Amino acid sequence: MATKTYDAGVKEYREMYWTPDYVPLDTDILACFKCTGQPGVPREEVAAAVAAESSTGTWSTVWSELLTDLEYYKGRAYRIEDVPGDPESFYAFVAYPIDLFEEGSIVNVLTSLVGNVFGFKALRHLRLEDIRFPLVYIKTCMGPPNGIQVERDRLNKYGRPLLGCTIKPKLGLSAKNYGRAVYECLRGGLDFTKDDENVNSQPFMRWQNRFEFVAEAVMKAEQETGERKGHYLNVTAPDPEQMYERAEFAKELGMPIIMHDFLTAGFTANTGLARWCRKNGMLLHIHRAMHAVIDRHPKHGIHFRVLAKCLRLSGGDHLHTGTVVGKLEGDRASTLGYVDQLRESFVPEDRSRGVFFDQDWGSMPGVFAVASGGIHVWHMPALVTIFGDDSVLQFGGGTQGHPWGNAAGAAANRIALEACIKARNQGRDIEREGKEILTEAARYSPELQAAMETWKEIKFEFETVDKLDVA
Amino acid sequence: MPNMYQQGDYQTARTLETFGFLPKFSQEEVLEQVAYIIAQGWTPAIEHEHPSQAFNHYWTMWKLPFFGEQDIHRVMEELEACHRAYPDHHVRLIGYDNYTQSQGLSFVVYEGRQ
Repeated sequence: MATKTYDAGVKEYREMYWTPDYVPLDTDILACFKCTGQPGVPREEVAAAVAAESSTGTWSTVWSELLTDLEYYKGRAYRIEDVPGDPESFYAFVAYPIDLFEEGSIVNVLTSLVGNVFGFKALRHLRLEDIRFPLVYIKTCMGPPNGIQVERDRLNKYGRPLLGCTIKPKLGLSAKNYGRAVYECLRGGLDFTKDDENVNSQPFMRWQNRFEFVAEAVMKAEQETGERKGHYLNVTAPDPEQMYERAEFAKELGMPIIMHDFLTAGFTANTGLARWCRKNGMLLHIHRAMHAVIDRHPKHGIHFRVLAKCLRLSGGDHLHTGTVVGKLEGDRASTLGYVDQLRESFVPEDRSRGVFFDQDWGSMPGVFAVASGGIHVWHMPALVTIFGDDSVLQFGGGTQGHPWGNAAGAAANRIALEACIKARNQGRDIEREGKEILTEAARYSPELQAAMETWKEIKFEFETVDKLDVA
Repeated sequence: MPNMYQQGDYQTARTLETFGFLPKFSQEEVLEQVAYIIAQGWTPAIEHEHPSQAFNHYWTMWKLPFFGEQDIHRVMEELEACHRAYPDHHVRLIGYDNYTQSQGLSFVVYEGRQ
């Protein structure tokens, strides 16, 4: 408005950025931050500072502000809420007009929302808890290259979770020995094997050599079992040019799936690779190495549900989510909260699962939730109950630690899974009857029997913890 | 760790995806899975194919999917009829889920004579 005059100096943020009467628009990007201010700073001032510093604001008034309509572009802190059981922190809700962001750019959204503001001196801690992406923004993102339904059709896997295994030892094997471990897992009944996240192209096993031996292993296992198989070939590389070179070679070899470390490689690389996968008909498995650096502190950083939402928009067909089993009830609820964000087309606000906003995903394809790490046959009933069919249950030692080797370990995993699916479809409560279901199945499978024997000590510990989970 | 010579030798099995690692289902067990498909609101359908062509995505349809079918025994009769007509083919049962535009379940009920 032409009536404004330039008044140099420092204004309190809340004069402009604290707007408790504001009703967010359907097109706004909304964010919930958990704020812990420095002692003595009023909540409204902290919330307004977060809104300002993550949008249009700077610490001092500048004359060129008057050349635009900042009322249109500014972020607004519109609500403050207590954090249950934590008197020193509070939730600040901020609304950002959609024109602050480049279309289809998760990079741009994050650079604004979790940019300089996280180092702001008036704050002791700041955590981005959730983002509501408006549907108009979601439609500008490509998202998963294929999605759950396409992957099931391509690989002919229906009515059950998929089974995978990360090849161990993660570092140090030669390409030929590595391919052997892949072949053994796949011929034994797994759908997938996987490169570990830090397997890239080290001196002991260069990527091209690994890809060639693994491709032979995958194809031989397919021919012998009559089932469709894959190995997540990790194409994470020092630079995008080499990443694409590796992806192209995986495609030339006829492999169905590649993988990427989306956080260490970055969202620009990930979004580009997802686009390449869509264009080239390749599935994309996503590992989350480095996430705990960002999401583990309860008062600072970014919650994993935000990273999961960002990945669905940036693009990936699988995402690691943790396993839940053996952890606390709260973890189960929180994990289910972000697993929904990966797979559903609409997720309603549900504070008991840490979901702060309704989230409409529209027609965005779904992402398989990958449960990986420290799991074995005794966990199968709980995993099937928690994650349902649209998941990949990813073993490591739980396949390769079998006393007869990888193939027998894989068969034990597969039989345990199918016994649980059959029982679930019969209407049985598989978490409660898990022991009987597995014991029945082991009567016709010496491989499963040996697996249950090997991990029975861990089973005892697991059952106790799991009871706490359900109580 | 058992003596290494007491270990089992795992022989690769030719399997047909979901439930391929379980012993052959009894009629009762097939019936339970048909009931599950119908209870989910899915559409039962039957396909068959010669074992030599089993790796293909498309198998031959047996009639059309049984839209709206609520009688599990009717589905069982159709499975049997398909098996009688093509005794050397694999016969699989599918549950079409029109919400996900996918198959909620798919498994081979009869394996063709090879």
